Amino acid sequence: MAQNLQKLKYDVVIVGAGGAGLRAAVEARESGLSVAIVCKSLFGKAHTVMAEGGAAASMGNANSNDNWMVHFRDTMRGGKFLNHYRMAELHAKESPDRIWELEMWGALFDRTSEGKISQRNFGGHEYPRLAHVGDRTGLELIRTMQQKIVALQQKDAREFGDAESKLKVFAELTITEVLKENGKVAGVYGYWRENGDEVLIEAPAVVIATGGVGKTFKITSNSWEGTGDGHALALKAGASLKDMEFLQFHPTGMVWPPSVRGILVTESVRGEGGVLTNNKGERFMFNYIPEVFKDKYATTEEEADRWYTDQDNNRRPPELLPRDEVARAINAEVKAGRGTEHGGVFLDVSKRLSAEVIKKRLPSMWHQFYELAGVDITKEPMEVGPTCHYVMGGVDVEPDTAAAIGVPGLFAAGEVAGGMHGSNRLGGNSLSDLLVFGRRAGMGAAEYVKSNGANPVSDATVQAAAGRIQAPFTHEGGENAYSLHQELQEVAHNLVGIIRTGSELKEAIEKIADIRKRSLKVSVAGDRKFNPGFHLAFDLDNMLLVAESTAKSAILREESRGGHTRDDFPGMSNTWRQVNHIASYNGSEVVVTPKPLPPLPKELFDLFDVHELEKYMTPEEIAKGGAN
Amino acid sequence: MSGVFSPTRAKISERTLRTDKWWLEPLITFAVLISFIIYATWRAFENAHYFVEPLISPFYSPCLGEVCVDGSTMLGTPFGTITVLGMIVSPALFILIFPLGFRMTCYYYRKAYYRSFWLSPPACAVAEPHEKYTGETRAPLIMQNAHRWFFYAGLVFNVLLTIDAVIAFKDHHGEWGHMSVGTLVLTLNATLLWLYSLSCHTCRHTIGGRLKHFSKHPVRYKLWTKISVLNHYHQQFAWVSLAGVWFADFYVRQVASGAWTNFYFF
Amino acid sequence: MTRKLNLRIWRGDSTDGGLKDVVVDVNEGEVVLDVIHRVQATQMGDLAVRWNCKAGKCGSCSMEINGKPRLACMTQVASFDEDETITVTPLRAFPIIKDLVTDVSFNYKKAMEIPAYEHPAELGPGEARMEQIDVERSQEFRKCIECFLCQNTCHVIRDHEENKKSFAGPRFFIRIAELDMHPLDRLKNRKRTAQEEHGLGMCNITKCCTEVCPEHIRITDNAIIPMKERVVDIKYDPARMFSGLLRREKRD
Repeated sequence: MAQNLQKLKYDVVIVGAGGAGLRAAVEARESGLSVAIVCKSLFGKAHTVMAEGGAAASMGNANSNDNWMVHFRDTMRGGKFLNHYRMAELHAKESPDRIWELEMWGALFDRTSEGKISQRNFGGHEYPRLAHVGDRTGLELIRTMQQKIVALQQKDAREFGDAESKLKVFAELTITEVLKENGKVAGVYGYWRENGDEVLIEAPAVVIATGGVGKTFKITSNSWEGTGDGHALALKAGASLKDMEFLQFHPTGMVWPPSVRGILVTESVRGEGGVLTNNKGERFMFNYIPEVFKDKYATTEEEADRWYTDQDNNRRPPELLPRDEVARAINAEVKAGRGTEHGGVFLDVSKRLSAEVIKKRLPSMWHQFYELAGVDITKEPMEVGPTCHYVMGGVDVEPDTAAAIGVPGLFAAGEVAGGMHGSNRLGGNSLSDLLVFGRRAGMGAAEYVKSNGANPVSDATVQAAAGRIQAPFTHEGGENAYSLHQELQEVAHNLVGIIRTGSELKEAIEKIADIRKRSLKVSVAGDRKFNPGFHLAFDLDNMLLVAESTAKSAILREESRGGHTRDDFPGMSNTWRQVNHIASYNGSEVVVTPKPLPPLPKELFDLFDVHELEKYMTPEEIAKGGAN
Repeated sequence: MSGVFSPTRAKISERTLRTDKWWLEPLITFAVLISFIIYATWRAFENAHYFVEPLISPFYSPCLGEVCVDGSTMLGTPFGTITVLGMIVSPALFILIFPLGFRMTCYYYRKAYYRSFWLSPPACAVAEPHEKYTGETRAPLIMQNAHRWFFYAGLVFNVLLTIDAVIAFKDHHGEWGHMSVGTLVLTLNATLLWLYSLSCHTCRHTIGGRLKHFSKHPVRYKLWTKISVLNHYHQQFAWVSLAGVWFADFYVRQVASGAWTNFYFF
Repeated sequence: MTRKLNLRIWRGDSTDGGLKDVVVDVNEGEVVLDVIHRVQATQMGDLAVRWNCKAGKCGSCSMEINGKPRLACMTQVASFDEDETITVTPLRAFPIIKDLVTDVSFNYKKAMEIPAYEHPAELGPGEARMEQIDVERSQEFRKCIECFLCQNTCHVIRDHEENKKSFAGPRFFIRIAELDMHPLDRLKNRKRTAQEEHGLGMCNITKCCTEVCPEHIRITDNAIIPMKERVVDIKYDPARMFSGLLRREKRD
């Protein structure tokens, strides 16, 4: 029996109130539909607030040579050409309008001297392109859209006498299921976190915008909400996940003290002279310079040290190798037993720079460590290690409408959607991704609702969904969700983490299957009232499906590319580039099948220098010169 | 039961669970302010020992009554002699309302005395004892909005006290070009009063804070940034300028009553 | 280095509740939220606590620690004496839901009462021009992470439940100030409504909001007092009273 079931009807339900969800909600409401926004936390707390750098958009304010084509090229290169070309194209073309739109809703970006939106440089972007507000751009995005939602509600209040009549935020509500009738989406089912009372929201269209999966891993920069809910909801509803093997690990996340584990340590710490050492005090990065970079990086400490003052006559220190190389090196040191006692390595700026210089050049880092961790980085080294940051893979969608392939009425946008970033995301492309595809998902959902109409949910469907919520309370003497979660995080971190091998992935798949089997009998103490143990039971199931998808996709991909590194297949393969991995759920386990990547159309193919494409494509693809 | 003991709130019987010495600051504030008030009241009614050539106490400047001692009237005696119940009203009472009003309505002192005298609240997250609270929305506290009037008046007084400080460069025969401890005391007093007035929130607002577009008023913007720096220390200026006035009056009183000798450097 | 910590946690709901003592392990460098999580994972599986980013950026884990409104993720255990008992309670200005979680919906209601930004109709996408010096004041207020510690500590509503209907609170005074100082906002009556509808006059500038702000926004000095001064401009200023500028919200 459902506990105090509340039944609601909307045209569109948005699951997730981060950047993508809110942008979708604005679009759907402005097209005249009634919209429910559902989120696990309070309104305005979504993980989007953590984004610091900025939102990439080729407005050309800082350099007038910038345009969508340059941005498109940068994005494809960053993703090692595994991106869905159409998503990258839409993203590059529409980002500037999405940023300007925020300004018209009250956002206050930093300005250029001409009074335009200022744009900053970032790795992988050819021109300064990131619209930003200090180091809190994500917060500005969320707050602006939150306030836009309020503005729309105020308008509804004037028109209909009730602010929440057409657009309502359901905060602290967990969605456990996307409901279907007659093969199409019919609504969502969930429970209030406050008291466990159940909620049915009937809606012919559901937009999933739940963000990432970081909490599957032991060390992550993601908040507790990043449990892959949307990935799992979509899988269970019959949609598929694309390229789940691609996860972005940032090489320097905090590992100690525990209070800051996973939080990012910006790359500029190394840029300003931060040195990586192992527990023997060795500056180990010199041992990890790959052949292809040998002539670009210093081979002695003396030369590396000279680079900071004379960059023309010396080569860069190896600490500044690309992110994946540094992450791999740290990983190898720790695995070889040369890590710190907490499983990281040391990153030290205190020996090279004076306290004043550190505070001046790295103010936010100094504050982050001092206020959150009680560590004074002007006096002692930081302990760092790779941290799970972003999942490139996600729900397989139609680029133009963000419709999930295979499930009519289901849409996905933001980090939960796959394809946009290929095998590796460029910094700054996430915030603009949220805006571009959040809007498109809202539009897609609106059009779908207008041509399809309501799809009522049957009692039987409701009963089944209610039963699944009650389940954790019916198991006596089952396992504790917290310890299973920890076990999963260990497995994911150690075996499906930054460096993978076939044998470890095989072991991981077995272990995940075992944890999943045990998780079906998780039992929960206490009642439903704001009970974190109860909440975790559902999150755990989602994370297990995500981990399974990642492990099973990773074991198939026998190459290394972007956010997927195989120790046993270290090279990048141009034939593997033609393959997407599609994970689907058959009711008991995840099945991954390869699918050909849609070829680059001629007009986009021609944007590149053919010699560059030769690095990524097979001779046959080059000979074709793009699809027609 | 209201406030933190309202029926919907978490049931906690303590008014506060703070473990630090939260009562210390309001206690000190209360003690200092009450001492000053007692001293100032006594001095205002004393009607004596406020002038000794060339020094005048800030409590009595400008001296506007006919009873003012010789040489102490700078702006004439428009008030003549006023008597209440046969007693001559001290000339300090004609003017003290202005500096007093300026400080009473000052955004910093308001915080200080609302906390320490009125316990509203005594300290952050410490429940206040009052049943009802309407803030500054009705009489008499709505008068706090007159701060700007007092600010303008305060500037006039700053000019007068600055003139007093300049006059203190005379010796007791009225000859210019001398300097005594009293000169330093009055100069310091005037300086601190300027810092207190210029760092005031109303000053910050009128100089530039009220503008919507700083970029269209570059000079006012520049001034605003300077005043903003001073404003940061308004609390400190409020206290040291109070001490300055206090000591300046005390010093003049000691010299005028003959207890101390005003030492001349040259 | 692990040691034992005496923690006193308020547990209960709207019907009843009280402080419960627990002894819990604490490691070097940990914050109060870490310890609460450990209690949750090892001793009280159903202990309710709201949190999210755990990096001081989302403003979810607001609570009162030794009586002071703070973010649990920004409060170092090491900032207390080793033998000190740390008392953790929910926010005391809002209705209790359970344990450390309160019903903060008051704040969202108030957010709804502040009229939104009004963009100039004639400025299309990308046409807006604003100088950095003109946006900086509002940018300070947009740093707000909506932890609602200022709302919680403000005695106007903390100590007087009945004022909640007529008082928007510090968080929304900075919102009003942000909009009134926004170089392009077109809505003109923000000063008057701040005073007459949102309860600006209730504030007696005792600065507790500023004291508890984890973002170090100078709420009182930079938003509330400037707004009070702007109200004086249109209602009480002597010079403007004589020059006839009073009762007109002048644009410059």
